[in-house]
Formats: sequence, C-alpha cells, structure tokens
Amino acid sequence: MAYTEEELKKELETKEYEYGFYTDIESDTFPVGLNEEIVRAISRKKEEPEWMTEWRVEAFKAWEQMIEPEWANVTYKKPDFQNISYYSAPKKKDKYNSLDEVDPELLETFNKLGISLDEQKKLAGVAIDVVMDSVSVATTFKKTLAEKGIIFCSISEAIKEHPELVKKYIGSVVPKKDNFYAALNSAVFSDGSFCYIPKGVRCPMELSTYFRINQAGTGQFERTLVIADEGSYVSYLEGCTAPMRDENQLHAAVVELIALEDAEIKYSTVQNWFPGGKDGKGGVYNFVTKRGLCETNAKISWTQVETGSAITWKYPSCILKGDNSVGEFYSIAVTNNYQQADTGTKMIHLGKNTRSTIISKGISAGKSQNSYRGLVQINSRAENARNFSQCDSLLMGNDCGAHTFPYIEAKNKTAQIEHEATTSKIGEDQIFYCNQRGIDTEKAIALIVNGFSKEVLNKLPMEFAVEAQKLLEISLEGSVG
Amino acid sequence: MLKINNLHAGVEGKEILKGINIEVNAGEVHAIMGPNGSGKSTLSSVIAGKEEFEVTEGNILFQGEDVEEFSPEERAHKGIFLSFQYPVEIPGVSVTNFMKTAINETRKAQGLEEMPANEMLKKIREKSELLEIDRKFLSRSLNEGFSGGEKKRNEIFQMAMLEPKLAILDETDSGLDIDALRIVSNGVNRLRSKDNAVVVITHYQRLLDYIVPDFVHVLLDGKIVKSGGAELAHELEEKGYDWIKQEKVSN
Ligand SMILES: Nc1ncnc2c1ncn2[C@@H]1O[C@H](COP(=O)(O)OP(=O)(O)OP(=O)(O)O)[C@@H](O)[C@H]1O
Ligand SMILES: [Mg+2]
Repeated sequence: MAYTEEELKKELETKEYEYGFYTDIESDTFPVGLNEEIVRAISRKKEEPEWMTEWRVEAFKAWEQMIEPEWANVTYKKPDFQNISYYSAPKKKDKYNSLDEVDPELLETFNKLGISLDEQKKLAGVAIDVVMDSVSVATTFKKTLAEKGIIFCSISEAIKEHPELVKKYIGSVVPKKDNFYAALNSAVFSDGSFCYIPKGVRCPMELSTYFRINQAGTGQFERTLVIADEGSYVSYLEGCTAPMRDENQLHAAVVELIALEDAEIKYSTVQNWFPGGKDGKGGVYNFVTKRGLCETNAKISWTQVETGSAITWKYPSCILKGDNSVGEFYSIAVTNNYQQADTGTKMIHLGKNTRSTIISKGISAGKSQNSYRGLVQINSRAENARNFSQCDSLLMGNDCGAHTFPYIEAKNKTAQIEHEATTSKIGEDQIFYCNQRGIDTEKAIALIVNGFSKEVLNKLPMEFAVEAQKLLEISLEGSVG
Repeated sequence: MLKINNLHAGVEGKEILKGINIEVNAGEVHAIMGPNGSGKSTLSSVIAGKEEFEVTEGNILFQGEDVEEFSPEERAHKGIFLSFQYPVEIPGVSVTNFMKTAINETRKAQGLEEMPANEMLKKIREKSELLEIDRKFLSRSLNEGFSGGEKKRNEIFQMAMLEPKLAILDETDSGLDIDALRIVSNGVNRLRSKDNAVVVITHYQRLLDYIVPDFVHVLLDGKIVKSGGAELAHELEEKGYDWIKQEKVSN
C-alpha cells in the first residue's frame, strides 16, 4: 500500500469493528421502561436486603428530579430512558467451579476475543471475574485470594455476604445523587465487582474483570467497589469489548475506590466497546463516574486506554483527602470515524503535601472529536500541594479535532501547578520514512501511535500492555491486506 | 541492478527531473553531484517510491523489474535503501524497536520467520560496534533530539542492519565531523560487496576520498549533464559548476 494523505484518511475510515459478534445465550430480560416498581423488582430479583432496596429507591427518586447534563463537548441523540430494559441475566443461574461447566458459547466468545479464560487462567497472577450481561458467571482464583482474606466477588454476592462493608462504603465516594448518570446507576445497577483487601495485605495477583454488553437494547449499569484497607495494595484491571449493534447502547457505570491510610490502588482500564459504524451509526454511549478517595499517605492511580464507544463521558477522579496522599491519572483516548470522547480527570487536593500527576494522550482520526477536560482543585487547607499535568494530542488527517479544557482552582498560595500541552500530526514524511524501511502504512501508524502513547502504556501491568497495544492497532488500522 | 531510462518526474505539474538516464551495476559506486535544487533528493525519493512525486515519462528498472507498481515498502523489501538527507523523528519509538520492526516486516514480506531475539541482539551489537555507536543511544527515541551528525550515523547503522542491495546515501556526509566521516565511510566500505551497489549524493570531494566512486554524475536542472570517473569530482571541487553550465550552453 502506497501512501497519500487521502488514502490514509480513507484507510482509517474503513476500519471495521473486529469484535462484532455476540453470544446467543438465553436471557431473562425485563420489559422496557423505568419506574419505582422496576427498581423494586430489580432488587427483588437479586434477593437484596431491604436497606439496599430503599437505597435504590431513594436514588431513583433523586434521578427523576435531575436533568441530563449538557456541558460536555459531545453531541448525540439522548437515550430514551423509558425505552431501555433495566435487567437482563443469563438464564443459567448456577455458579461454576471449573471452566468445563461454563457455557461453551461463552468460552467461544472469549476465544474470539483472544482472551479465553483458559489462556487467562494460565497467565500467572490473573484472577478473572467475568461479568457478562450483568451477572457474574465465572470466578477463578478465588481460593488463593480467600487465604489472604481478600474478598473478590460480584457486588450482588457482596451485598448478601458482606453487607456491613457494602453498607459502609457504597455511595461514600460517589453519592447516589452525585450526578444524573450516577443516580441512575444507583437506582438500577445490575451487577459489578466488589473487592476488599484486608489491612497490610498485598494482593498477590492482578485482579481482573471483563465487562461485556450483550443483550440488544439492554442498558448496562455496573457498580464496582474496591476497598483497600490500611497499608494494603491492589492492582485491578477492567477490560471490555462489545458485540456489533445497530442501536445505541447505554452504559452508565459507577466505580468507587477507597484507599485507607497507607494503602495503594492501581486501577487500569482497557475499554473497547463498539464505537459505531464508519457512518457514525450505533455504538455504545459510555457515561461513567469513577472516583477514588485517598486517606493519609494513600495512593490511587487510574490508567486507562479508551478506544471504543460512540460517546465517552468519563473523568476518573481522586479526592486527596489525607495528608501526603497521591493521585495519578494516565490516559490514552483514541477516537476514529464519528466517535466523540470527552474525558479527563479531577484531582481534588484537600490534605497537606498532596501530589497529583496527569498524563493524557489523545489520538484523533476520521471525523472524530477528542476532548480532554481536567480539573485541578487545591483547597485552602492543602498546604504545599503539587500537580503536574501534560496533555498531548495526535491528529490524523484534517477532519478530526482535539480540544483541551484545563480548569485550575487554587485556593492556597503554596500550590505548585504545572501544565503542558502539545498537539502534533502524523506526517506523510514520518510514514514515508517507515515505508522506506519496509514498514507498511498500517504498521507505521501503529508504531507512531504506540510511541506517542508509551508513557501511559508503560503504566499498565505487563500482560495488559500487550493487549492494549493490540487494541490501539485495531482501532486505527484500516483493512488493508 | 538499477537502470533509469529517460525519467521525467515532478510535483503538482512542475517538472523537476527532466530525462534522467543512469545505469548502476552490482559492485559499483556512483556519485551524484550537483548544485542545490538540481533534483538530487527528488531523484532518490522517486527511486524509493515517494507518492508525492509523479513520474510522467520514462521508467526505473530495479533488478530488471519496473518498480512503477511497487509501493515504497515493497521497494524496501526488494533491497532499496535510502539514507535520508533529513531523517525524521519518531517520538517514543526506540532505535532498537524501529529496527526490529523494520527487519521483521521485511522478513515477513520475504516469507521468513521473525528474527530470533538473540540473533537480533547479536546483529545490533555487531553493527553498532562497526559504526561506533554507544548502546545507550539505541534505546533513545528515533532521531528525537539527535544531533545532525548522530542522525546521519544512525541512518548508516540502519543500512548496516538491513543489508540492502542498493543504498542511496543522500548527503550523508553533511553534518558529520571529521572522525565521524571516517567511521561512517569505513562502515559503508565494509558493507560493500560485488553483489550490492551504492549511490552517494554529495556536495564535497572529501567523502569521495573515503568512498571512492567508479562513476561521477553531474545533475543540473533535472538532467545528468556530465558523467566521468573519480577525477571529475576533483575537477568540480576545483572549478565549481559554472564551467559545466557554460559547456552545456555552448553545446
Ligand atoms: N514537494 C515539492 N513541492 C514543490 N517543489 C519541490 C518539492 N520537492 C522538491 N521541490 C523542488 O524541486 C527542486 C529540486 O529539489 P531537491 O530537493 O531534489 O534538490 P537537491 O538537488 O536535493 O538540493 P540540495 O542540494 O539543496 O539538497 C527544488 O527546486 C525544490 O524546491
Ligand atoms: Mg537534497
């Protein structure tokens, strides 16, 4: 393939969604629509205790009074919330002890994704909690974790088995009335993961969950709660792919992280939901609220590789409440065709000597729009707080856009805040240089993009860095033979 | 090996190369000299297949095949290498990673397996020693922040790694200090064999003291106006290009 700017653009636009297939497992789906009865029914279906039911209902009532936010730099047809089914679970309700018991079709799906459980189980130190259509269908490595007192299970299970922990922490970082999507999630969340690391324990493996959206017209409302008790450490990875769909699929997840004194949480995401066709039709709407709370000397780092979704609205944040606590945000966001991403972070410095680092890499191709929106807020009591932010954008072609919206609110004079931003374009000369060395245009783009994203890719756990690179290539390569 | 027949090429309707004829055989070294803007880099880009330039007449045969239909990477796979006058930067991609990718892509195109890691490392060690390149240098981002001379030396390192049939060195000498010039020229000479050929583009006789050409061609306004042996370069060094221009006019 010889290269011209025109051809490069075309090539990027012809990229098809490679993981466009979906599993035909019988599901048990609710009628469309949302009202208090549906909320109660979800809770009943999940055999939840009354406090949980009431919590959901309160959230629903708050949501009813709220209006969908419009400040993000994205435009889309708003989902009709009354035309979504709020519950869908695979019919098979039993839990599996081994892979043999898992639906072969599901295993086949994972094989297609190249992340078969089989393979994953062999990968040293990876435990997987597969969340498919909102209900956990397989959990591995549970025993090893249990020996250390680590709890890693679905949130539904945690509500039943560890109500004291859930009751204490759910909604403590993202209150149920926090925002429109968080309130909706609080009312109807279907399932998600729960993780608790006891005092002083270092989780011996990467905890990993694959989320999938699998039922036509089923909104997915995941709820994740990770609690790292004093002096503990955990690295958590969430990765997902979704099948090709015609209609838009709504996803409004909430992730809450709690890092108690001296604890550290590393939360990594590789996100590859269906971004919509090259005409801009279909694709997942991803409205996520992710927030972590750091107590004294605690550290939370968010690392994300976002290649999918038609619309992404996502700001993993850190509340640096304790003195000397540290917040980090490393992000790669790729947009192609008509994708729109408005993503970034919020670093709220409350404690003394708190530090935060933001590295954001945005890559835009096709007719996509990629926005970074970041808030660094230094509270009046946050003596000697420091922040460093770097936002780099890489453009491919002339029809895409990159935007940076940094907001800085410093209420303490001792604050040190640095912000750097760059924008570059993949040049024909770079491509030709690679071509001349025998590297075709597709591979050249992958190489350049990987180089651009390196600082963030390096922050991912090894096993997933490889997968993330693959995703970057998939999202930007054309179907050139 | 390389046969260029009546090559006319240009960009956006502007003709830059106006009927070039050159034949380069295996084992030979050709030097192309000529004033700024005469079309030397354009010629090398056209041989390497840069899309920006349009061939309007004539053709380029490489090992008997018309390269017209071949993409730049296919030409590279067949053994054409261009040492760029202005090497480009690729941030975040290390020299090693870039070389590994280039070698394996070429091998893939030739139906070969990827080069085993130990073999790759051995080769990198060998070639970096040949060109006296510090190993630390190889983990830096390709050309990013490299000095002019470092860029040129790195181009020849890449050539050594890829072992091309035909190497076109576009002003590889410019930017090199005296020692580097000797090291780089020595590297090029060590890579020469009866099976490959080198085309050096230069403004200075100095390089040709090290890499002694079999033929020297003078490119003027898109045409080869004079060809000769190594002595022609000396004559140019002494007299400049004016006498050739006058000779051309009086003809
Ligand atoms: N892309 C382009 N668009 C327009 N003109 C071009 C383009 N590329 C080259 N030219 C013109 O073609 C002519 C030849 O350029 P070229 O770079 O081949 O010269 P050169 O012989 O390599 O010169 P130098 O010794 O300065 O390197 C110049 O007049 C240059 O301006
Ligand atoms: Mg030139």
